[in-house]
Amino acid sequence: MTGIGNTSAPADADQCAPARVGDELPLLRERGQRQVFCGLAGIVWLHRKIQDAFFLVVGSRTCAHLLQSAAGVMIFAEPRFGTAILQDRDLAGMADCNDELDRVVAELLARRPDIGTLFLVGSCPSEVIKLDLDTAAERLSREHEGRVRILAYSGSGIETTFTQGEDTCLTALVPEMPASDDPALLVVGTLPDVVEDQFRRLFEQLGIGPVHFLPARQAGELPPVGAGTKLLAAQPFVGDTIAALGKRGAELIAAPYPFGIEGTRAWLGAAADAFGVSQGKVDDVCEAPIARAERGLSRYRQQLGGRRISFLPDSQLEIPLARFLARECGMELAEVGVPYLDRRMMGAELELLPRPERLSEGQDLEVQLDRLRADRPDLTVCGLGLANPLEAEGLTTKWSIELVFSPVHGFDQAADLAELFARPLNRRARLAF
Amino acid sequence: MQLTVWTYEGPPHMGAMRIAASMRDVHCVLHAPQGDTYADLLFTMIARNAKRPPVTYTTFQARDLGGDTAELVRRTLRDTVERFQPQALLVGEACTAELLQDQPGALAEGMGFDIPVIPLELPAYTRKENWGAGETFFALVRGLLRGRPVPERGNGAPKANLLGPTALGFRCRDDITEVTKLLDSLGIEVNVVAPAGASPMDLLRLPEADFNVCLYPEIAHDSCAWLERMFKQPFTRTVPIGVGATVDFLREVGGLIGGDPAQAIAAAQTRLPWYSRSVDSTYLTGKRVFIFGDATHAIAAARVATEELGFDVVGLGTYAREFSREVRAAAEKYGVEALITDDYLAVEAKVLELAPELVLGTQMERHIAKRAGIPCAVISAPVHVQDFPARHAPQMGFEGANVLFDTWVHPLMMGLEEHLIAMFREDIEFNDEAAPSHLGPAATRGGAEARADAPAGDAPADASDDDLTWDMDAERELRKIPFFVRGKARRNTERYARERGLATITIETLYDAKAHFGR
Repeated sequence: MTGIGNTSAPADADQCAPARVGDELPLLRERGQRQVFCGLAGIVWLHRKIQDAFFLVVGSRTCAHLLQSAAGVMIFAEPRFGTAILQDRDLAGMADCNDELDRVVAELLARRPDIGTLFLVGSCPSEVIKLDLDTAAERLSREHEGRVRILAYSGSGIETTFTQGEDTCLTALVPEMPASDDPALLVVGTLPDVVEDQFRRLFEQLGIGPVHFLPARQAGELPPVGAGTKLLAAQPFVGDTIAALGKRGAELIAAPYPFGIEGTRAWLGAAADAFGVSQGKVDDVCEAPIARAERGLSRYRQQLGGRRISFLPDSQLEIPLARFLARECGMELAEVGVPYLDRRMMGAELELLPRPERLSEGQDLEVQLDRLRADRPDLTVCGLGLANPLEAEGLTTKWSIELVFSPVHGFDQAADLAELFARPLNRRARLAF
Repeated sequence: MQLTVWTYEGPPHMGAMRIAASMRDVHCVLHAPQGDTYADLLFTMIARNAKRPPVTYTTFQARDLGGDTAELVRRTLRDTVERFQPQALLVGEACTAELLQDQPGALAEGMGFDIPVIPLELPAYTRKENWGAGETFFALVRGLLRGRPVPERGNGAPKANLLGPTALGFRCRDDITEVTKLLDSLGIEVNVVAPAGASPMDLLRLPEADFNVCLYPEIAHDSCAWLERMFKQPFTRTVPIGVGATVDFLREVGGLIGGDPAQAIAAAQTRLPWYSRSVDSTYLTGKRVFIFGDATHAIAAARVATEELGFDVVGLGTYAREFSREVRAAAEKYGVEALITDDYLAVEAKVLELAPELVLGTQMERHIAKRAGIPCAVISAPVHVQDFPARHAPQMGFEGANVLFDTWVHPLMMGLEEHLIAMFREDIEFNDEAAPSHLGPAATRGGAEARADAPAGDAPADASDDDLTWDMDAERELRKIPFFVRGKARRNTERYARERGLATITIETLYDAKAHFGR
């Protein structure tokens, strides 16, 4: 399990040591209270995407409560996730945790014959008591062989931050992927099905193929990987997955992320280069969707142009989105905060990013809010815990969580993405109070 | 380990947060990892609080664990006190920190702050949210008042404290207003409301009251019992939900202050009794109701349902194990077995088994009821954003009784409307294919009719079941039965047929079964 540890480590001793991105942009590194979900929150979209998988968190009542609260809309159907809640007797050693886990897994599998893949998801308490879920997954896999595949990954808050939970999940899938050295494109990171289908059509028109997606809609249909596999990251938070795929022989195509017209064009263009497809061909294929996206974006450019925006650290999407809003919508960047700066994954984005007033990594919440109040941007992107209190202080906010759940990638979602940022400003302008 | 899909209560530190978020000038420091800050959104999004809960988290990470997490706790405590300057500091730990045994409470006590420091013991692996809230409030009351003298009382108007209303409680905001009105009708002043809206300085004034109103026993009972022992303050046992309980409450309070509540009771304004006696409510008679929630609201709802609306209680339960004795005793009165569980799936199974005509529950039972096509009203936490209405909507007092009548009867009326729509679907003008006539001849069949068509649990109980078949006439007859009881009629008829070894269900079987099971 890797996580925060193998990204750039914040300077513990000197809390505000300036560091540098590239040659000129100072990076403010902070640590203190974080207002960010842990990696368990990724289950909220992963369980929707991978339809034959069940996510069993091995944790505490807090984990169960977090999942329920982060899901936001509580539908209370029987979901494809659950929590094995540790109890006193598990901790006191009166019950062997592994026996208990075996019992709970058997109970679950009996209830849910539709489960094809079961993820045992590590949590803060399971990691602190050193419950080895990797070994448990191996043991249980043997026990239930032929019936279900059982894998483990960590979504704990001491190891992972919010979207990193998807990275650790996908990393756990990598060793399961079949080997093949045939040339193929593998798109890494969860995309809504509708966006995935759009990209599939574009790649087909470009003559790039075969194209696979990770995660696949069925966990049982894992794409192959090998020396011929070229990787294209659809999300900026899949760094460890990319590294694990690299060890299987695959090679990352460096590209910005497919947000907005520019990002999507560059993303497709990078794939085209890697597959020997000419840029002229890319221009031809992209011409119609780009024209459509331009029409859609133009009205939001007027609403967003010249407005200042700040991002509080949340999903790792901050830098690509700031790049889109600044370069394509004319917004000005006040502070851009990221939970962690993964240089492996952000190189192409940082080259494009117009200089914000401040780029920060990590979080010391109260201090950051002091800066925000001094900056007074026109729009603040933040989590649900902060949005209403900041609105009450007179700031206009955009919930960051929507950016993870909504279809926002690609040409045909460029205007939708801009609209998500325009809507709070629009609403502010409409209301009489 | 306990397999859980949805939970009625969060962990006990969530209860501590509810106390801190209810009060003024209190701050809570929680030793907790990244991610536990999710709990803030319950206050800011569900209750729409304009302020963040006054809670600071230490946010330790894996790499801190080898080092000195205790120093992280001390630094967080120092920064928090300096920045927020609270009148009192609550110090606790979430589930993971409990395993580290840094003892943040003891650390805080040793740091020489010039404000009261209240260390919290919140055993995360045995206890839950409401317990944590009650315990935190008790720790605060005890910590601030221990050793204080009993003040002189009896000068001027009698005074009462209202104890128990908290952030994320069910309709606490409006209940405070109603109970204040009730006390005012007896000439009693409210001394302190706590924890909602109180500061630690206010808590120091608690002993000045003549008695305590224990509004929500889940939160306030232990504090009330302690105040009674230490400060000779009696406390109320009746929770004034419903007309009968509100009258009982006025009598109980009258007894505590040696006053006569007769005048206040005579002057009370409430529409529930007349609305309930009016002939259109005949329709409510004997409606089978299933009740589940916290103990206070579930027990109160059962009394209102039976005595004031004429329903039959067919199921009564709670997720609050701490109050299982009280709920069991209430259930016995209605001749049902109490359902004491925090397993959402067990509650769902019970609802489906009992097939009630109305469910009174939490937001979670609302979803169960919705899936089963059963009318439902919400009576208890856990809450959702809808449980913080913009209008005044109390549960307690005489106005609260009016609210109960409206919110419980309305879903039943909606069910009746659906039935009427379905009944009329054979009519030439109202049939399934006809569009509403006011939309003109070009309009086609829309959504409402499609909805009336939706199967509402009247599909065969088990498609793969034995060789029991319905003949065509019986099936047609079954369709004439209102959809919200059709599922039950089908199940009862099939059970009847099976018990008698019948292979085919005819119209005769259907009516034989109806006569057999009765109502």
